[in-house]
Amino acid sequence: MTDADTEARIAAVRAFITDLPYARALGLDMLGVGAGWAELALPYRADLVGDPATGVMHGGAVSALMDTTCGGAVMSHPDAGVATATLDLRIDYMRGAQPGQTVRARAECIRVTRTIAFVRATAHDDDPDTPIATAAGAFTVSRPEGDG
Amino acid sequence: MTGRTRPEPMQVVKQRRDATLAALVGRVPFIGTLGVVFERRGDELTAILPFRETLIGNPVLPALHGGATAGFLEVAALVELTWSGLWPEIESGRLTPEQVAQDNRLRMPKTVDFTVDFLRSGLPRDAYARARVNRSGRRYASVHVEGWQDNRNRLFAQATGHFVMPEPPVRD
Repeated sequence: MTDADTEARIAAVRAFITDLPYARALGLDMLGVGAGWAELALPYRADLVGDPATGVMHGGAVSALMDTTCGGAVMSHPDAGVATATLDLRIDYMRGAQPGQTVRARAECIRVTRTIAFVRATAHDDDPDTPIATAAGAFTVSRPEGDG
Repeated sequence: MTGRTRPEPMQVVKQRRDATLAALVGRVPFIGTLGVVFERRGDELTAILPFRETLIGNPVLPALHGGATAGFLEVAALVELTWSGLWPEIESGRLTPEQVAQDNRLRMPKTVDFTVDFLRSGLPRDAYARARVNRSGRRYASVHVEGWQDNRNRLFAQATGHFVMPEPPVRD
């Protein structure tokens, strides 16, 4: 795959990944994407709260942020095809995100084989020192045509 | 009222269970946003995710967004865990639907980790899930969830999660 292909891939991911219906429904924003990494944001919304006693957003909303960000990292990787699907995703919730604050996630492909992309992601609110969640995922890899 | 004179009429029991479940689910804004509803048979809950276009993550196939599936299974796990923990208090009448709806001392369990196994792509149609509390101690719980669509025996996703239980509420 040429650099131009990778650039086109990255541009496509930047254009469509936050445009997917469920990403739009949650209000995900694109912060940045490069070869094998992506950064997305989940702005705070009252209708995404999981515990009304604390105002903390539901883990399910953070899961969607993590899954989408990891998917973006895979699709923008030079060795992976543009189509991917989640095989397995583990999320560790270290603490609740502060009510009112945007959650930002960054995902990176740790290793991409002919069949699998291994991805790690970390999410923060406004406090950069303590992550609110981390994710570890395995994603499918579709090989570009005529390759491998 | 004392003793075991006669059991409550079934309608009273059912009404209290249904109202408490509705209050529990209604407390959580994200459940309404995702559109998850629950059906109850005795104490057994089935979570239902009615299909909507906004749940799509792959418009080409089309398929449900993995994040929607994960959120659905986590909702199913959390509601089952909270529901099964409250069940004795619901049955005894010590906990009313009004308290469940409004009492901010009623805290939800906190998710520690949640691992989703995506077995096949989620089809653009309704999905169902049932959760089983495998272990529930005073502080920690482990819950497994199964999700399916057309066939109960062909799961499209399953998940396991660990949770920290809330401190027991102080009631007067």
